[in-house]
Amino acid sequence: MALKASDLNVGDTYSENLVEDLKRTQIVQYAGASGDYNPLHTDEIFTTKVAGYPTVFAHGMLTMGMTGAMLTNYVGDGRLTKYGVRFTNQVWPGDSLTGTATVESVEDGIARFTVETKNQDGTTVLSGYAEARVD
Amino acid sequence: MAADKFPVEASHIMMFARSVGDDNKIYYDEDYAKGTEPGSIIAPPTFAQASAQFDPNYFLRPKPGGDGWFGSGKEPTGVKKEAGSGGGGGGGGGGLHAEQHFVYHRHLKPGDVLTAETKPGKTWEKESKRAGKLMFSESVTEYRDQNGELVITATGVGVRTERPVDS
Repeated sequence: MALKASDLNVGDTYSENLVEDLKRTQIVQYAGASGDYNPLHTDEIFTTKVAGYPTVFAHGMLTMGMTGAMLTNYVGDGRLTKYGVRFTNQVWPGDSLTGTATVESVEDGIARFTVETKNQDGTTVLSGYAEARVD
Repeated sequence: MAADKFPVEASHIMMFARSVGDDNKIYYDEDYAKGTEPGSIIAPPTFAQASAQFDPNYFLRPKPGGDGWFGSGKEPTGVKKEAGSGGGGGGGGGGLHAEQHFVYHRHLKPGDVLTAETKPGKTWEKESKRAGKLMFSESVTEYRDQNGELVITATGVGVRTERPVDS
């Protein structure tokens, strides 16, 4: 179901829980599907001993992908025209994420949203924008 | 990511959607997808990133034999660190992903066969408290379909950090 311009008001928000207690296995799953096998995401020994991080962490693109599911659930299938993000903090195994889209403008059949994903501590891990065709 | 031939396949879309925890049936159920507005299975919005699978030289994929792979085996890394190469924080070669932007001219569907051409964009530097000097570099990838039509423009920004990022 697509959104109707007449139902949208600037400041309206839509939120979804994207993941509860992110598992390392899901990060492995994303590595396999995307083809990004950077050991920082799946190789505990490399990540702790060589790269100097406390443990493996999620691909930014996994967070962008999970946040994208929230967006498409909101705006409808095939409706996105733009989607862009900055990765502002790392996402670790065990994190629980909530994604939120906020209506910024609705004009000429295009709705523009700000997009933000936060972890269980309220820290922003992803911030960005999206645009979608609305009816 | 550069690829001469990136075939968009239904099973790959299904696996990709699963990996991002997206259970929308439009990504795997052809009969359901027929009744949706797009009218067929489509790819989720970040799927173009999986073109890495079709980039013959993608450096974040171990090559047969595993020579030079920087992940752990007998040793914590397969790469000998060059003397004086600096901290190399953030990845021992990989760097980190700072930004990603997609413009969708249309959405991908199974049967599309894409090309991906990547051009370098801007570079810039910044000081940060959490990771020292940050070196950013942008790349712009144009995905074109079997008819030569531009379908997705993807802009990625990578960052190399002076030291691992404090969390």
